[in-house]
Amino acid sequence: MALTADEVRYIARLARVALDDDEVERLRDQLSGILDHFQILNDIDTSDVPPTAQSFDLANVDRPDEPRPSLDREEVFANAPRREDGYFRVRAVLD
Amino acid sequence: MPDTIDLDVPAHEHAARLRAGDYTARTLAEATLERVRAQEPSLHAYITLTDELALAQAAAADERLRAGEGGPLTGIPIGVKDLLSTKGVRTTAASKMLEQFTPVLDCTVVQRIQEAGAVIIGKTNLDEFAMGSSTEHSAFGPTHNPWDLDRVPGGSSGGSAATVAARGVPLSLGTDTGGSIRQPAALCGILGLKPTYGRVSRFGVVAFASSLDQVGPFGLDAEDVARLLGVIAGHDPNDSTTAPVPVPDYTEHFGRGLGGLRVGVPQQFLGEGLDDGVRQAIEQAIGVLEANGAVVDRSVTLPSADAALPVYYLIAPSEASANLARYDGVKYGYSYTSGASVEEEMSLTRGGGFGPEVKRRIMLGTYALSAGYYDAYYLKAQKVRTLIRREFEAALSDHDVILSPTSPSTAFRLGEKLDDPYAMYLNDLYTIPANIAGNAAISIPAGFADGLPVGLHLAGRPFEESRLLGAAHAYAQLTDWHTRQPSLPAV
Repeated sequence: MALTADEVRYIARLARVALDDDEVERLRDQLSGILDHFQILNDIDTSDVPPTAQSFDLANVDRPDEPRPSLDREEVFANAPRREDGYFRVRAVLD
Repeated sequence: MPDTIDLDVPAHEHAARLRAGDYTARTLAEATLERVRAQEPSLHAYITLTDELALAQAAAADERLRAGEGGPLTGIPIGVKDLLSTKGVRTTAASKMLEQFTPVLDCTVVQRIQEAGAVIIGKTNLDEFAMGSSTEHSAFGPTHNPWDLDRVPGGSSGGSAATVAARGVPLSLGTDTGGSIRQPAALCGILGLKPTYGRVSRFGVVAFASSLDQVGPFGLDAEDVARLLGVIAGHDPNDSTTAPVPVPDYTEHFGRGLGGLRVGVPQQFLGEGLDDGVRQAIEQAIGVLEANGAVVDRSVTLPSADAALPVYYLIAPSEASANLARYDGVKYGYSYTSGASVEEEMSLTRGGGFGPEVKRRIMLGTYALSAGYYDAYYLKAQKVRTLIRREFEAALSDHDVILSPTSPSTAFRLGEKLDDPYAMYLNDLYTIPANIAGNAAISIPAGFADGLPVGLHLAGRPFEESRLLGAAHAYAQLTDWHTRQPSLPAV
């Protein structure tokens, strides 16, 4: 399962992780090798087997819809890299 | 008041001496901080030491002890993996991404140990975001194994394991997604328990793989592990994945011995890839169990468990790639702010804030979830997960525990596996199936190979932690491996 450098760049774009050329080459090599090890899964017959998302059979846990205090505004912004007028500041999303 | 406190004893002995007034929680905290600080140049088990918090908690514990109140953890020093949020104390996940992050909340587990009167000595080192098996993937530098400082302590909870093994603190907390408590416990020669999925709250714990992550205890004996588990286990309204199952007294099986314990030993776990020294120690341990009444069955098989490693390295990175999407440089954490666009800033924030192993797993998970590959990789892994779970259920219907080594080798040298990700992943060969199936599992000190500790792994039915701890307690009455202690360079 050999990945190409372009495929690695495409995945990095989806994941929003900037990579330099050395990282692309290293990851191309390492991920291709790791994916090779996964091929043994193809030898296992799972045609009538449902998937397991998690091991404990709990579903749709509800709680009463009662209002309760949320975090204080200052706490919400306590670790914010950039803030302005009570908002998180980011670059303009639209030109 | 004695001049020196014996810091080499388990927590329950400290608890008895604190209650008897032999020393105070404050003097214990001061002595502990002094020893931990002296060990740090050798071990680097901590990212942050919390002297001020520890002394305040110790003062509060002394008040409770004077009033005749408090429980098994009151006044007991503890190390907390730096993946667990601590209010007002930097919580880094060993990542540059969270180097400056100070939570505004305690996670539920930390809240519970504080209510029980524990004294938090510091935040322990780990592989970045708990991804790794050696603690070498920490942005703050590796932790060293107290048995041989040129070797790794295991990971990802390597700091928590190393500081307990070195008798810096008697107790610590780790997290286990694929073996991150049990493997370092084995490599450092102490006990480590991964609770059943759903047993312990993850509220406030930095998320890695949400269908697998569990918080659990490290300790020097079964009683300590049982007491700490009893404090942190139980339903949490803030974590809807916690089970509404009553919390027992986890010492309830102590004193029952090993008579009649049905032990399944799948031969596949003693085969290819296992070091001879580890195999010999495990065979010797099986002999001890058998000689003391355990019924050992070597015919049990878990055919799909051989696929547990690829299943794990598809499911965990997939979940991680989703969980770690939150690190966008906007709300908290490292932020690259000189880019030309939102997307560029986000990509450079994540490219610069995450280390190599975290990037590797995000890439792997993103690939496995991407269009065209989802069915072949992620869905396939989830289906094989069902098979593994069914096989464990079947094997544990007529066995009480499944026995294996915890790790295929003893502690390896720093740097030895750093350039070969798959060789590093193979460390988790025997621990991963319990995460995939959701079972409770424990690693117990069970001898040495070439002077390095070997761990014995027992997996049990969901919510039967008591049985594992009972077996660990019984085994420790017959052997003294758990009392062996590394000698650090004079400090």
